Amino acid sequence: MRDFSYLRAGSIDTARQAAALPGAMLLAGGTTLIDLAKCGVAQPDTLVDITHLKGLDRIEIGEHGATIGALAKMSHVADHADIKSRLPAISEALWQAASAQIRNMATIGGNLMQRTRCPYFRDPANFSACNKRQPGSGCSAIGGVTRGHAVLGTSDACIAMYPGDLATALVAFDAAMHLGERKLLVDDFFLLPGSTPDKEHAIEPGEMITAIEIPGSAAARRSTYLKIRDRQSYEFAAASAAVGLELEADGRTIRDLRVALGGVATKPWRARAVEDALKGKVLEPEAVRAASQLSVEGAVDHGANHYKIELAPRVVARAILKLGETA
Amino acid sequence: MTKTTIPVHLDINGHHHELQLEPRVTLLDALRERLGLTGTKKGCDHGQCGACTVHIDGERVLACLTLAAQAEGRAITTIEGLAREGELHPVQAAFLEQDAFQCGYCTSGQIMSAVACIREGHAGSDEEIREYMAGNLCRCGAYPHIVAAVRQAAQEFAA
Repeated sequence: MRDFSYLRAGSIDTARQAAALPGAMLLAGGTTLIDLAKCGVAQPDTLVDITHLKGLDRIEIGEHGATIGALAKMSHVADHADIKSRLPAISEALWQAASAQIRNMATIGGNLMQRTRCPYFRDPANFSACNKRQPGSGCSAIGGVTRGHAVLGTSDACIAMYPGDLATALVAFDAAMHLGERKLLVDDFFLLPGSTPDKEHAIEPGEMITAIEIPGSAAARRSTYLKIRDRQSYEFAAASAAVGLELEADGRTIRDLRVALGGVATKPWRARAVEDALKGKVLEPEAVRAASQLSVEGAVDHGANHYKIELAPRVVARAILKLGETA
Repeated sequence: MTKTTIPVHLDINGHHHELQLEPRVTLLDALRERLGLTGTKKGCDHGQCGACTVHIDGERVLACLTLAAQAEGRAITTIEGLAREGELHPVQAAFLEQDAFQCGYCTSGQIMSAVACIREGHAGSDEEIREYMAGNLCRCGAYPHIVAAVRQAAQEFAA
């Protein structure tokens, strides 16, 4: 790992100012950044450590929803009694991510800045072509081993999969982030790769995520995160779904439905076509399975990742039907 | 180019240490290379195996992805700090009794993780133990005995 200088921020403002300088990066839990620095992917000149800032780890939750400080640890949010009862999909997405040790280190704000696990992106020593790392250098994944790559939201420049779980649940429930004075929907924070896969987030130098806001809703209260993977634990999703469901008073007609996919796209993927197809309909397996197919509309595979196009709709359908049984 | 170092004060197993380190030095390398605390192991060095698990302020974390400088002002516990007055920690004793290791390389990390797992309340069933110990890999495949050791220690604490 290349050396860098270390600066411990004493306030949010000094952190923002220091991180706005060329070559500087914010350091929170470090679970992505230190790893990528060891891989030679991240080459910061200065790391601005924000983990000693006070008051940014609060978790506030009520009828209106939840506000979670950017420095709250994944494990603390996952185990929070009110998050579990009022926003179960958020808790489930968190405890099924990474390992207990990583969840004790990684922060909510840092989690949203997590980078792709594309093995070509992570290995500059062996693969010089990567448009995300080096704009214009090409893509080593296209034509390579693609089992873990995206089938939705890809471009000719990049097919790297967004690996996070939390953000998938956040976009399903219209969560927003606080960037100082500015508020931004999490869905708008993540950018499609297009012709500029190096630009992943709609965040400017000098901006810092300070909190996440999740609106309360009946669908968020009755929600789940279903994650399917190659091994049972400590693994990224082969396909996952964050789903929330609200039924009419008759107990069978769908009033509100939220669906987002993980493990299959270049960003957290809200599946509004599935939501629209099922709202107002009676919750029954045939209709749910048919509508869930719409979650992969427009999907493009690169050979070995074709299975995701079959798997994702099944994961969506299973999650919706599971919620339907918990009336 | 001269290497720039910074002063880093670390509180490890109740002892205070003053070091001069390059900012890039991880807590893992500071423990092993500078302080001779080699009980904490370097496996993958990328946060994938759990061999370097230590506690910071009572919570289990990975020393390989923590900068030593970040750990300043926090209470660090390593495997060397578990035993009390020559008496093994109950989790250490349970690992011996259940024969929960073969080559032993992952064992300090497994034990540090298990102590925290039990304290967190995540050792209520074999299924829960497997889920919450998943961040510690054992390439010898001693998993059934590791689960048995964690179960035994958890029951002893509950008794």
